[in-house]
Amino acid sequence: MTTTIAATAATPRTKSRRVPIKHKRAILFFIAPFAALFAVFYLLPIGWAVYQSLLVVERDGTFGAPVEVFGGLSQYVLVFQNEAFWASVGRVLLFGAVQVPVMLGIALILALLLDSPLVKGKKFFRLAFFVPYAVPGVIAAIMWGYLYSPNLSPFAAFTQQFDLLSPSTVLWSIANVVTWVYVGYNMLIIYSALLALPSEIFEAARLDGANQWQIAWTIKIPLVMPAIVLTAIFSIIGTLQLLAEPQVFRSFTSSVSSTFTPNLAVYSTSAVPNVSLAAAMSVILAIATFIMSFAFLKFTQRKADK
Amino acid sequence: MTATLTPKTTATKPERTVSGAPKEKLASRTAAMIIMGVSTLYFLVPIWWLFISSTKSRSDFGSTAGLWFADFNLFGNIKDLVEYNGGVYLRWMLNSVVYAGAGALLGTLFAAMCGYALAKYRFPGRELIFNVVLGGVLVPATALALPLFLIFSQFNATNTFWSVFLPSLVSPFGVYLARIFAAASVPDELLEAARLDGAGEVRTFFSVSRKLMTPALVTIFLFQFVAIWNNFFLPLIMLRDQNLFPVTLGLYTWNSQVNQIPEIRTFVIIGAFLSIIPLIIAFLSLQRFWRGGLGAGSVK
Repeated sequence: MTTTIAATAATPRTKSRRVPIKHKRAILFFIAPFAALFAVFYLLPIGWAVYQSLLVVERDGTFGAPVEVFGGLSQYVLVFQNEAFWASVGRVLLFGAVQVPVMLGIALILALLLDSPLVKGKKFFRLAFFVPYAVPGVIAAIMWGYLYSPNLSPFAAFTQQFDLLSPSTVLWSIANVVTWVYVGYNMLIIYSALLALPSEIFEAARLDGANQWQIAWTIKIPLVMPAIVLTAIFSIIGTLQLLAEPQVFRSFTSSVSSTFTPNLAVYSTSAVPNVSLAAAMSVILAIATFIMSFAFLKFTQRKADK
Repeated sequence: MTATLTPKTTATKPERTVSGAPKEKLASRTAAMIIMGVSTLYFLVPIWWLFISSTKSRSDFGSTAGLWFADFNLFGNIKDLVEYNGGVYLRWMLNSVVYAGAGALLGTLFAAMCGYALAKYRFPGRELIFNVVLGGVLVPATALALPLFLIFSQFNATNTFWSVFLPSLVSPFGVYLARIFAAASVPDELLEAARLDGAGEVRTFFSVSRKLMTPALVTIFLFQFVAIWNNFFLPLIMLRDQNLFPVTLGLYTWNSQVNQIPEIRTFVIIGAFLSIIPLIIAFLSLQRFWRGGLGAGSVK
């Protein structure tokens, strides 16, 4: 279908030779609003963060007014020496290495079950699993904070025995909050991809005697891999950006430090105020996120090509 | 592509499930339903608890069974909540509705126009623009919060409505979705026909193409609405005046004051419950639109 359109559309274009761009003003009208906003509120801040991160504050003597001067990469040196920041990076990497596969695994299993003939009442389950996505991270964290509480939880019999808010467990308690919110969303993305598969493929496999498990493993999962990659990339980005949930948990427990995640470190450093150091952290974080999601995309694409 | 495939699959799908060759073993059916049941409890019990807790008076909260009703005090609680501190909670809800509603509406319009132009016109720099926008999808929004604060403070514009509203208009992922959807659902022949009828490009977009792109537009709108409604870092860093807070930031500040002002806890719970209702209603009522659009991003 696409090819026929392209062919018919191409013929008039070759006939009308030497007309540089058709509909120039319309194109400008369509693109200008987004382009302007994107430039001012996306590209400019990135540039500004880089610029700010190259400045250092200097004082004229002990009582002189602070002046910002160009300091080269000295803020970056400070970031690399900042143990709290790297501890927070390690923490979210550990978090992501466990939480993202668990969450996507659950999402995949639920999507496959919804797509299989084994389950009745699909409409209800689909909605029930998706409802948590409508709960903002802050609200979800407040809610789970009470559910974890040793005194106020409806499961107090359990939470009094196992402290879910201690320094060794709080990271995984937060992981549970994030999983709870996003499983349904990821499940729906994978499920929509499953629905778009033509069913003839499975009919043939069924006639050959394949069971649902074999169909899922050998046919469905490879075919919906692009959807799984998409959810994985968004999850990686989300993990490195963790902020709202740990920030909320700070009012439930002292186990969450002010530099618990990289974004919390950025926030507390900028509140000092040490904006140049915070800007350098922001830049490193953005680059790391970009590289990780890009590398993951390339890695999975190469695997698919083989 | 998606548009052509979807109707066919939805038509053949029931057939497959009804006449599915040999009957599945009872054991696998039972196992599947148990997994679904346990998952449902996991996803819904916390919200059930939030609802039950919203109906309890302050003394019943924490002293009665957490997952079942005590004295039904929901409306009394709501009344206390909206009267507390000069009605600031309603103000927060209104702020959230304006930030997210107006922001997502304008953001969707701009993203749709840009994605449409990238899909339907040939011009130099087209691929460059698309790749830059695609890179923007991978740049986390929270990494921009601090530099945005620094820029707005250059103009003494932090702690204003605009400092939160304007940055949230930009949705690179919306442009990406709009481009894919415009390419798939707006045929070039139709545009040529409109041109022959003498309709201008802009008018064609608003009268013809917009209608064909409706499922994508609803999807972009909803997801941007959620993104703005859930946004926390930007308002946290920008705003000091609590009259400008969105409801998430407001409830966060209340929750961090619970240790000093214990009676505020009831307001946090009931406020949290009320704040998620609009989003749940929006998702349920618009689901026939967005479910079609959700898969579009991954099909390409």
